[in-house]
Amino acid sequence: MAAAEAQTTPQAPDKSWHGVVLETLKRNEIRLVPYVPDRVLTSLIKNIHADPFFTTFPTAREEEAVGIVSGAWMAGMRGAVLMQTSGFATLANVLASLAVPYQIPLIMFVSERGTLGEFNYGQSLVCRTMRPVLDSLAMEHHTVTRLDELEFIVDRSIKQAITTQAPVALILSPLLTGGKVL
Amino acid sequence: MSKQANTSARNTKIMNRFDLTSRLVAKLKHEEAVVGGIGNTNFDLWATGHRPQNFYMLGSMGLAFPIALGVALAQPTRRVFALEGDGSLLMQLGCLSTIATLAPKNLCMVVMDNGVYQITGAQPIPGSTTADIVALAVGSGLTNSSWAADEEDFERLIEQSLSASGPTLIGVRIDDKPGTGQTRRDPVQLRESFMRGMGIRQEL
Repeated sequence: MAAAEAQTTPQAPDKSWHGVVLETLKRNEIRLVPYVPDRVLTSLIKNIHADPFFTTFPTAREEEAVGIVSGAWMAGMRGAVLMQTSGFATLANVLASLAVPYQIPLIMFVSERGTLGEFNYGQSLVCRTMRPVLDSLAMEHHTVTRLDELEFIVDRSIKQAITTQAPVALILSPLLTGGKVL
Repeated sequence: MSKQANTSARNTKIMNRFDLTSRLVAKLKHEEAVVGGIGNTNFDLWATGHRPQNFYMLGSMGLAFPIALGVALAQPTRRVFALEGDGSLLMQLGCLSTIATLAPKNLCMVVMDNGVYQITGAQPIPGSTTADIVALAVGSGLTNSSWAADEEDFERLIEQSLSASGPTLIGVRIDDKPGTGQTRRDPVQLRESFMRGMGIRQEL
């Protein structure tokens, strides 16, 4: 992972992608972070757990996490959900029946599996369903590939989600994170 | 109701969803939040009279407890109730483990158990004759879970939950009657009203 980050991030070798995500969450007062883990997200999850600013915990399913942050936002606490591609694939119903019609600023970070070196055929297939689902609901989504663009995309997307009361998916490409390889 | 014969805790009376929901709401004096699960569960909550502290789900089956957990985490000093059907809960049993782990002291969950998907034609749910929802909750770590024997017992358990020091779950056997009303299907207004009820938003 470190080698991949060094290759893709010569401009800011002192700031890792997960460090930027954590700091940007904090700056935007996003305290509640339920997740279903992914290997790629390990450092981010560990560091969020270690920071008392955050309330963070695993959930059994991704849609459960979406329900939790939706309830919390309606009661005044901001949140974001962490997941991997295959987890996103379980969300079409809750996006279409809760987040979008109730106009909830659901913020999702999706670690992208299934492309750029995927070794699991199922992951590569389920990955292809992700953007068509997002597009079919006209949901905002960005694929982050470069560390120098990460803070801008995350910070602006969080602010846009909250001010327009619309969900957003931030897809973390293997070009950014190094991905998961055999 | 034949299912009642085969599972444990069979000394529970068959009650009615609207009646129990009315009894719950009558006990709420401190702007407690109430999250009503999909279908008849929130229809009956609506029928007891709209309160701004009520949230009504028009989809996302199974998420009443997770949504209520989010409210409970965001506002730890407010008591939060969640009403869910047994079929809905089966879709999201894992949330019981999450809630048991976080152990919010201000969350009370009520499971309306009629053993059927009433709204789709009263087909039986899996486990309707074999599974015990309260035992599942206890097994998930929600040790303060119990069946309400009758209406009086339900009211007693609700009162206990109002001063509980951990999450509580109440199972109620209900009949297979449909809901008594229909929630107005306007998600944005329902959400906006709830946020005003939670003190997060003001009237325009």
